[in-house]
Amino acid sequence: MEVLRIATSGSVDDGKSTLIGRLLYDTHSIPQDKMEALHAASKRKGLDFTDLSLLTDGLVAEREQGITIDVAHIYFSTPTRKYIIADTPGHIEYTRNMVTGASNAQASLILIDARKGIVEQTYRHFFIASLLRIPYLVICVNKMDLVDYSQARFNQIVEEFQQLLANASYQATEVVFIPVSSLYGENVATTNGAITWYQGPTLLEYLEQISFDHADSKHPARFPIQSVIRPRTTEYHDFRGFAGKVASGHFSVGDEVISLPSGQKSKIKTIEQFEKQLQTAQARESVVITLEDEIDSSRGNMLVKPEDQPQQLKEIKAQICWMDQQPLTVGKTYLVQHGVNRVKAKVQQLHYVTDVTSHQPVEGKASLGLNDIGSITLKTASPILADTYASNPANGAFILIDEFNNTTVGVGFIE
Amino acid sequence: MTNQINWEFPQALEDEGIYILRETAAQFEKPVLLFSGGKDSITLVRLAQKAFYPGKIPFPLLHVDTGHNFPETIQFRDWLVESLGLDLIVRSVQDSINQGKVQEETGKYASRNALQTVTLLDAIEEGKFDACIGGARRDEEKARAKERIFSVRDEFGQWNAKMQRPELFDILNGKINIGENVRVFPISNWTELDVWNYIRRENLQIPSIYFAHEREIIERDGLYWPYSSYLNTSADEVPFRQTVRFRTVGDMTCTAAVLSEADKLEDIIAEIMEAKISERGARIDDKRSEAAMEKRKQAGYF
Repeated sequence: MEVLRIATSGSVDDGKSTLIGRLLYDTHSIPQDKMEALHAASKRKGLDFTDLSLLTDGLVAEREQGITIDVAHIYFSTPTRKYIIADTPGHIEYTRNMVTGASNAQASLILIDARKGIVEQTYRHFFIASLLRIPYLVICVNKMDLVDYSQARFNQIVEEFQQLLANASYQATEVVFIPVSSLYGENVATTNGAITWYQGPTLLEYLEQISFDHADSKHPARFPIQSVIRPRTTEYHDFRGFAGKVASGHFSVGDEVISLPSGQKSKIKTIEQFEKQLQTAQARESVVITLEDEIDSSRGNMLVKPEDQPQQLKEIKAQICWMDQQPLTVGKTYLVQHGVNRVKAKVQQLHYVTDVTSHQPVEGKASLGLNDIGSITLKTASPILADTYASNPANGAFILIDEFNNTTVGVGFIE
Repeated sequence: MTNQINWEFPQALEDEGIYILRETAAQFEKPVLLFSGGKDSITLVRLAQKAFYPGKIPFPLLHVDTGHNFPETIQFRDWLVESLGLDLIVRSVQDSINQGKVQEETGKYASRNALQTVTLLDAIEEGKFDACIGGARRDEEKARAKERIFSVRDEFGQWNAKMQRPELFDILNGKINIGENVRVFPISNWTELDVWNYIRRENLQIPSIYFAHEREIIERDGLYWPYSSYLNTSADEVPFRQTVRFRTVGDMTCTAAVLSEADKLEDIIAEIMEAKISERGARIDDKRSEAAMEKRKQAGYF
């Protein structure tokens, strides 16, 4: 069974919680006791409807203020697939949470209130989807019941959004527009026939058929080594295996590989998954690879194929989303963690800060603060084995760690 | 849409869990696996076995024994440790009580569930463990839904929900300051059904109390409580024999039974799919308030 990861973001009043609640309700994913607790909690708050946002707002501070602060993970499954929704708040001060929530998503769910059309928040959500190059964009034009299910209104919003797409720097694999009324469950999991002019799939029907032909498998083969397994037992006395998760592409027994950065060559002898021997390891599979020759490789090194090698970067130009209260400091040293590899790096230059609404550089802004997105150059102490994010997302992103308090302060997308 | 059963385990979850365990072993000096004898920690042991095979699991198991465990769980624990050749550390809540660090609760809802946090924190300090691997899942409870895979705790074991580190892609930042430690949750993204499908696929042994059996129970607050000498009962709470099973396994004072005839994994899975009550609905410790879990987490509960 496949797992589809979806990112959603939105504010309290655009009907996002109702939409997710509807999705869970219609797929029988809310047990009765949770539903009853929800009724009771809504009543206590003096509401005359069941507030489905209480289902996802897990922290006391969130329930008190009626806002979503952090990423919430919501799970449901259908007979064909398992879904993980990373639900994040939509306001500008939560940009870092949106980026975090979207970082693992294959599909981005963007909600538009049919009455309001495209608003500032829509630009931001789209910007984040394009920064992360999320393959599938699902645009739900919600609250259709409040515009009398008007086809003209829907078409107008679709056209406006097409404009946005035309100006974007990335192309999604697929973009769909669905007219929805989450309050009445129209086109969420089922259709009640209120929208006669729409023949397309409901939201759930669409999600169910998204193709899992992962782009990652077609990208160049990258195997970051997590650790070396050397049991030194009688039975496995000479066993020396490289444990890791295939980041992208695939590896087969007999393939010629090169270990970076040393450049030593060998051939794959076995690919093992516990007691099973595999012929091929695909992207995202956790395996142990053994080689024909004894070569010197360890954690942080990477096995690749000789004909398609990553760049060995000592100078990194990247888009950064800053996630810390303390702004980025030019000239300061941070730790770059790219996959499982950590190196010291110094910020050389901040080129510009991007306005996430207009998608244009902000004139005269000289610092990168919390929730800002901008372009920088870093110089690393030793090379990282990376691809550009656009050519291979699975090997093109990194995080920045503050050396003094050890917290994650930013995420970078290599250009 | 009907409640059709999907028996297939999503393989991506195992690959992710193994990756997390390998990162834990590589990034920390002294990890430990928190083992309760329940199905989630049994799943963790299986993942660890696979992650380092053909090598041994490079960290010990830690069991915080409340002294009120189901005997079946303890038997199972000892069998598993023996058959896989694992290292097991046991620390008991009774010792913390004897040392005067915690006080036994009184009254009919008395449980040692809250007390075990102190024993756990002492064990972490004593063993100098910098990473504690736990079997918590985000689908269990809404405060857990917000927790990171590498969740940093201060030296009092406290979780600060507002100061969590962002976690992006599959990049795990295990760097910590002196005195801090990390709780690691490799099966964060699994649901109850995923765990059962995994147990079925991997043909894992689990304690017998997960399957239907006859035992003495009492009825209290609409829940079926296992009757034992650890439970404070009033005169009108008369135990009776009933065929039940346990859907989740804490200790005998905080876990309610469900009426069930399911004595095979397939029947259990079918029952879960049909169930109208969530898994933690049978956890008496969660019923104390809406924010019960978040409060316990802030206090260092795992």
